[in-house]
This record gives sequence, structure tokens and C-alpha cells, in this order.
Amino acid sequence: MSNSLLFNFTVNKEAKTVFIKREFAAELSLVWDAFTKQEILDQWWAPKPWISKTKYMDFKVGGRRFYAMVSPEGQEHWSIQEYTSISPKTNFKMLNAFADKDENPELPGSDWDLKFSEQNRVTTVSVTIYNESLARMEKMIEMGFKEGFTMTLNILEELLAKLSQR
Amino acid sequence: MRSQVATRMNLRRDIFQAIADPTRRAILVLVAAQSMTAGEIAANFDTARPTVSKHVQILTECELIKAEQSGREIYYSLEIEKMKEIDEWLHQFRKLWETRFNQLDEVLAAMKGQKNEQ
Repeated sequence: MSNSLLFNFTVNKEAKTVFIKREFAAELSLVWDAFTKQEILDQWWAPKPWISKTKYMDFKVGGRRFYAMVSPEGQEHWSIQEYTSISPKTNFKMLNAFADKDENPELPGSDWDLKFSEQNRVTTVSVTIYNESLARMEKMIEMGFKEGFTMTLNILEELLAKLSQR
Repeated sequence: MRSQVATRMNLRRDIFQAIADPTRRAILVLVAAQSMTAGEIAANFDTARPTVSKHVQILTECELIKAEQSGREIYYSLEIEKMKEIDEWLHQFRKLWETRFNQLDEVLAAMKGQKNEQ
């Protein structure tokens, strides 16, 4: 069933963005809840065997989700997601940053823009992750890898492009 | 299997620490174009030569570049296979989103089931 649903993953070097688009066989209100309610988010956000553990989540503009990705060995990697804009069931934006367990962010972070739309009971979610500067991209590489998931990067694209020219 | 994953993670972390530094990335780009001696590499930077040597050493230890003796000189060149691991890392990042969203499919299916029971 899910195989017939769209999944796009692209890295745009010029725009310094990672773009992920996915369709879900569910109505918009369910998908929206899955992205915006902590008890549902924690069920799927971490790729198994990792666990997502949300300490608190206040889904409103200026509010935050403070959560950890917990490894099978019990190692916790904390992150902060701060909501900067919310249009119910259409779009929300957040600033994403790694943090320590006391909620001190490791800046800079990245900007996330999530769009939701429904057609014929299929909901499409588009996630755009944006890093404003090269320095920020670099910081992401440095810090992000510990969670095994980070932004993708101009620099590597450049290197790999160079390699392929050989 | 878990330990295998952990080992691979450590391996990659080394690479990513290595390329997190702008000077080291610049060195990689230089030796990607052609193999060079440490002196030739250092000539491209304003940084003190021992500092550049240190960067070269780190890259060599991470096996991102390899050293080859040619006569009296040691030439450094890019280790293509290792760079491919970085490419694979991009793939891992994609994989993460795939996994995450497949899990969401299951959660949504369960939510729909609950809704129908009500």
C-alpha cells in the first residue's frame, strides 16, 4: 500500500536546502495530529531501534518541543524545536537545534518548513530544511552526525561533484 | 549486529570530524585535482606549515587521503573509496526519513482503526 505513495528526497545545493516530500494514505487531520501531538510524534519520529522521548511540547508560536533521541544503549541526544509560525492543518515552521540535557541550544540550528495538503484522502507532506549559511551547514555536519541524521551539505556535494569529474 | 552498526557509526564519525574543518576540506579539494606533496599543499595556505601538516596527518589517519612514496617525495592523493562512504551517509540520511515515514504509516493506520471502532 505505502509503496505506491510518493516519496521524494532532494538536496538543493544552491538553495542550501534539503527537501522531503511524502504522501500518506490518511486524511489531513490525522496526519496533522501525528506531526503536532507529542504522544503521537514519539511513536514514529525516531527510526527504530532509536526511541523519541519528548520531555515537553507546547505547540504554539513561540512554544517548543524539547525531546531526545535515545539510542538502544540509552544514550540521549537532545534537540529543541521552536515553533515560529503555525497555520492549522496547512503549515508550520520551526527552528531546530541540538541541545544539551539542560535545554541549552547549540546554535546555529536549521529552519524547517512543513506543508500539508489533502487530495482524495491522500495527504501530502512537504518538509523543507534550510541552512542559511555555509558556516551553519558546517556546524550541522560537525554536530549532527551523532544522531545519525543531519542536514545535507553543500560542501560534500562540491567534493562529490569534483570526484565525479575525475 | 548492533555492535556492527556501532562500529560503522564510529568509522563515519571520524570521517565527518575530519571534513568538518574548512582547511581540511580545502586540502581534500586540492588533492582531488592532483596528487601533491605536503609542501605543495602548504603553499596553498597562509597557515603555518606545521598546522597544514597536522591537517594532512588527520586526513591520512582517517584514510581520506593516502600517502605514496615517489623517489624522495611523498605524494598525497584522494582515497576515492573512503569518499564514497560520505556519499553513503547521504543515503543514510534519506533512509532515516524513509524509515521514519514508514513508521508513521503504521501509526496512521492504527489511528484510523481506532477512529472506526468509535
